[in-house]
Amino acid sequence: MENMTGAKALMTAMEKEGVKEVFGLPGGANLPMYDEFARCNIRHILVRHEQSAAHMADGFGRVSRKPGVCFATSGPGATNILTGIATAQADSAPMVAVTGQVPVAMIGRDAFQESDIIGMANPVVKYAYQPRTASEIPEAVKKGFFIAESGRPGPVLIDIPKDVQTNEGKMVFLNEFKIRGYHPWTDPDIVNVEKAINMLLHSQKPVILAGGGAIISSAFAELQAVAELLMIPVVTTFKGKGAFPENHPLSLGPIGMHGHAEANKIMIEADCVLAIGTRFSDRSVGTFEEFERRLKIIHMDVDPAEIGKNQTAMVAVVGDVRASLRIMVKMLTQKAIKRTDETAWVKHVKEIKAYWKENLKIHPGEMGAAKVLRKLREILPHNSIITTEVGQHQMWASLFYDVIQPGTFFSSTGLGTMGWGFPASIGAKVAKPDVPVVDIAGDGSFNMTENSLATAVLEDIPVIVFLLNNFTLGMVAQWQRTFYDRRMIGVDQGHCPDYVKLAESYGAQGIRAQSMAELEKAIKTALSSDVATVIDIPIDPEEDVLPFVAPGTSLSKMILPS
Amino acid sequence: MWSILSILVENKPGILFKVTHLFRSRNFNIDSISVGITENPEYSRMTITTYGDKKQVDQIVKQLDKMIDTIEVKQLDEYKTVYRELCIFKIKLSNASDSMEVNKLANAYGGKVHDVKKDSIMVELTATPDQIKAFEELAGQFGIIDVARTGVAALERSGA
Repeated sequence: MENMTGAKALMTAMEKEGVKEVFGLPGGANLPMYDEFARCNIRHILVRHEQSAAHMADGFGRVSRKPGVCFATSGPGATNILTGIATAQADSAPMVAVTGQVPVAMIGRDAFQESDIIGMANPVVKYAYQPRTASEIPEAVKKGFFIAESGRPGPVLIDIPKDVQTNEGKMVFLNEFKIRGYHPWTDPDIVNVEKAINMLLHSQKPVILAGGGAIISSAFAELQAVAELLMIPVVTTFKGKGAFPENHPLSLGPIGMHGHAEANKIMIEADCVLAIGTRFSDRSVGTFEEFERRLKIIHMDVDPAEIGKNQTAMVAVVGDVRASLRIMVKMLTQKAIKRTDETAWVKHVKEIKAYWKENLKIHPGEMGAAKVLRKLREILPHNSIITTEVGQHQMWASLFYDVIQPGTFFSSTGLGTMGWGFPASIGAKVAKPDVPVVDIAGDGSFNMTENSLATAVLEDIPVIVFLLNNFTLGMVAQWQRTFYDRRMIGVDQGHCPDYVKLAESYGAQGIRAQSMAELEKAIKTALSSDVATVIDIPIDPEEDVLPFVAPGTSLSKMILPS
Repeated sequence: MWSILSILVENKPGILFKVTHLFRSRNFNIDSISVGITENPEYSRMTITTYGDKKQVDQIVKQLDKMIDTIEVKQLDEYKTVYRELCIFKIKLSNASDSMEVNKLANAYGGKVHDVKKDSIMVELTATPDQIKAFEELAGQFGIIDVARTGVAALERSGA
């Protein structure tokens, strides 16, 4: 037991959790904790807006599978990180956000830069806590990190009043602790795993649907083993994109609103689905009722509340999906179940896949989105990490950028936060400095957090922004073309700014690529540079993302390129 | 389907807000709620009654269970549960005989009479929501001025 201030206890507790970097921005109410950076081994990475600090921590967390940490001051600092926290919650990303708060005696008096951030954040956090005495801090941090990363991960907020940071207390740093009401794991029920195997063996047209949970639990090898042993084609949700190598013969890619044509076709023909770590979001299934009508659903998830929330499962296996799949692989091996002959179903699946590979029409221009993204895939090493923004470029990335090494593709899929990808790529690069990190961006999204270029340059975090620039809020424009009779309102970005000059003004590298040759050269230059690079790729503002399943309709009703 | 949920929670500030907020954000309704400390001062028990089909109630139970501050969440079987609500009615007295009539009615429902005035009388009733509703209908003929209800409190019978 030692005496120290709350601020010192915070940093000590975080060091004990292995925290090496904090993304943040100081202000009045968190100055005491900032002062501790002078006396500890944690690197502070200064952002230009608190929302970006949260996205960086999110990107760090998704890639490292350890909570990323962000700091913000009270009031507006705290409200600015809310979008970042909500994004992490929607995509189950581990994060610990620490905010300063006005002194305890000032709480509730509408003090300067006071906001009830616990109250505001409660609906979008896994847990939020406000220590009222300094000596509560070590336990709050220990539990906070545990809650953030265990079970279904999520963001935890610790809101520390300024006097709690400066007050001294007797600090006890425990290793053992108990949270009575928190049971993040259940052991998978072996009987249900066996039922699942029987159901898959007795169905004619089985499909595996891998969601984000398969990536979070790193169930890559197990997933591939099950698919190969039972010869079952694999589709994913958008969040699950890249849970299974997309160059694998059994891979069909993502289903959903902008799913691969072959994936949607096969999904609606299937009679049984093994769904792994997915909440069956509306963007993935189209309509809930239609999706489950013909399907026997086997649902594996770590979160019991997901079972039956959006789809009714015939068999449910609650538990870490990697553990559940491991049991499944073990049972299959023990029973010596291994299909070697291609079933009629798999043959059909391969035909459908080949057909769409051949026949999906893409934009005829040299710099069509498909061609540009395939070029990026061709040049990038397989271990490169991709983040995306939100919009057309994101869906083109889903359609045309194949993830080969599982767990290297990250996007704001649940909340759909424009501006997430760039700061998240910075967080990802901090977590894995040795691999190339590319933010596949659109101009609308990049505008929202482009000032993170300052962080990338000054903190020496050389990420690549691959900017598909159509000078338009492209996805909204596409909906206006499709559903609003081409009345284009509020979507023209007016060729502003000039992204090459913008990058250069921050001290980053800006390259414009207007032909395939220029693009290839730009990607290679960016990969070999030690400074952040923005590759500005002007594209056709009229290009649509297709296929497209209109919201609230069945996956069978795909709008295809004409 | 009317359901009684019994939720054992950490006795800490802010938990009531979190629980009620969960109902709002998940699109469920609270029919009644009562909260009180348990024999162990570290815990409070919330009793919430709600309407919803089986799937909806299952979902809210799971979401409540997932909350870190909830220790135990149970959907109680009303046939294996003692559940009561306290209700106070202020009833209008118009005729000379009303006072006696209300007294009789209160007695029939096991209620107690308070604050007898010239123009009004109060009845305290501890009963099931159905009995309270029946009383309310009968008392309605006199005219009900005000009602205050506590919400249902419930405990499972032993060996249930």
